[in-house]
Amino acid sequence: MKILVAVKQVAALDEDFAIRDDGRDVDSDFFIRDLNEWDDFSLEEAVKIRESSAEPVEVVVVSVGPDEADESLRKCLAKGADRAIRVWDTCIEYSDSIAIARVLAAVAKREAPNMLFAGVQSSDQSFASTGIAAAALLGWPHAAVVSNLTCTPGANLAVFRRELEGGLLHEVEIQCPAVLTIQLGINTPRYASLRSIKQAAAKPIEVLSLSDLALGAADVGEAGSSSRVRRMYVPDKARAQLIEGDAAQQAARLAQIIHAFKGAAS
Amino acid sequence: MSGILVIGEQRRGELRPVSLELLSAGISLRRAGEEVAVAILSDSPDRFVKPLSLSGVDEIVTVKVGAAEFDPDIFESAVGALITKRNPDVVLVAHSVDSFGYAAALATRLGLGFATDVFSVERVDGELVATRGGYGQKVYVEVDFPGRNTVMLAIRGNVFKPPEQAASPRITIFDTPPVQSRATGREFIEMSAGDDVDMTAAEFILTIGRGIGEEAKVAQFRELADAVGATLGCSRPIADAGWLPKSRQVGQSGKTASTCQLYIAMGVSGAIQHLAGMKHVSTIVAVNSDAEASIFSVAKYGIVGDIFEIAEELRKHF
Repeated sequence: MKILVAVKQVAALDEDFAIRDDGRDVDSDFFIRDLNEWDDFSLEEAVKIRESSAEPVEVVVVSVGPDEADESLRKCLAKGADRAIRVWDTCIEYSDSIAIARVLAAVAKREAPNMLFAGVQSSDQSFASTGIAAAALLGWPHAAVVSNLTCTPGANLAVFRRELEGGLLHEVEIQCPAVLTIQLGINTPRYASLRSIKQAAAKPIEVLSLSDLALGAADVGEAGSSSRVRRMYVPDKARAQLIEGDAAQQAARLAQIIHAFKGAAS
Repeated sequence: MSGILVIGEQRRGELRPVSLELLSAGISLRRAGEEVAVAILSDSPDRFVKPLSLSGVDEIVTVKVGAAEFDPDIFESAVGALITKRNPDVVLVAHSVDSFGYAAALATRLGLGFATDVFSVERVDGELVATRGGYGQKVYVEVDFPGRNTVMLAIRGNVFKPPEQAASPRITIFDTPPVQSRATGREFIEMSAGDDVDMTAAEFILTIGRGIGEEAKVAQFRELADAVGATLGCSRPIADAGWLPKSRQVGQSGKTASTCQLYIAMGVSGAIQHLAGMKHVSTIVAVNSDAEASIFSVAKYGIVGDIFEIAEELRKHF
């Protein structure tokens, strides 16, 4: 069995950041890059399936991104992925989730896995659509927000629970191969050991271009996207009234607020 | 072609409130001569006609499908058939777990313009422009859809106010061919309570988030909550780690602080999913060491500081 896990290197923003001159993104100098939190859980889920399986299972991670994304892929290798693939070409820049899904689907066609896992969403752009868009391009069954999964290698059905709003779960059985988007909390992701981090540093990362995947410039970037960023800006948000002073003074004011509430409520 | 098509959402026989919010979003986009239609998919869609019969809605389309509950293949096929037949300008769905399961697949297959988690939408020089958040809501992002005849938008909940006035839209039946789904829904399960607390009934909640750092610190805040008379709640990472039972999680996938009047959030950054469960509370006090944390944008009062120090000092007053 082979499980392909799609991962993304996301960007958080530095405390002080600036919008790029063209007004369409944040200046990447202010990015703090890391593996997307959701993807940590989908990788762990794949590694757990491998560890509990009698038959061999290969876990392959794939990321669409520039050189810097290698860092996140190495993290995945250190946490138990067997192989890593990175796809990049400068025309992939400005791709939305659907254009990225086109690249992921092409990798899935090439790798022919039995399952494709993706995170429910990324913490930076929060599209919550890449995995399911890839499923459409592959023509595979798909399900989103999986919070519990029973998947036995070789079986043609998997059973999972969708995590719905308001603390409700929906149990579903699905035909494999399938695309599942994995929710936080489905497992407890492991920490990479120092030894595995060292080993991961020596492992190769396969780098593919668009032409390796029989894709062209029109399939990705703005041309291949379903939306286009016009403008990014820092909103004027409502701000809390700040309680100033040292900790004792701040706590005293908070205590007043609580007493006032309790006085009014009683 | 033209018109606005709203896809209503139902679960276990109830219309989900976001369906009505989508109607308002749709009505706000209507241009002269355009109609707003709402489609509802169910094995017995007629029961949703009444709650959808609201002012501003021109047409209710009942779509009888072979499953009582959401199914990605069945929904993709039926909504796809509806879009292909009607060619609306705009299709509105909820940014919800059900939509996550099929909207992107459908948009990809039909080549629609597509954006998710949209909280504002308008027409600028005739072109549709949608606004969503980026980088953990630190920036807002305006997107457009050049060259797309039909645009599908997944609209964030709790943003648009539902229409209130009843009306009598015309009712149309849309026949869709049966589809063999590749998935089978089995049953709904209420997330195991863990303890018998009812966050939805609590009037005063003290919530802890990722900022507490380690499980050993939970006890300090449990004791503090007891001392001040608050119900102890948490954000997602705390429940996921098993430090507090899921029944205490406030947010989209947890509980809504429905009757809460005072909400103290300590070490909670304010992810959009958490805000969905508490931002309506009249008095919110946020305590966080990060002055830029999103929680401060919904709080009435803010304390930028060390949560442990504040907790310790606060305890002395009770």
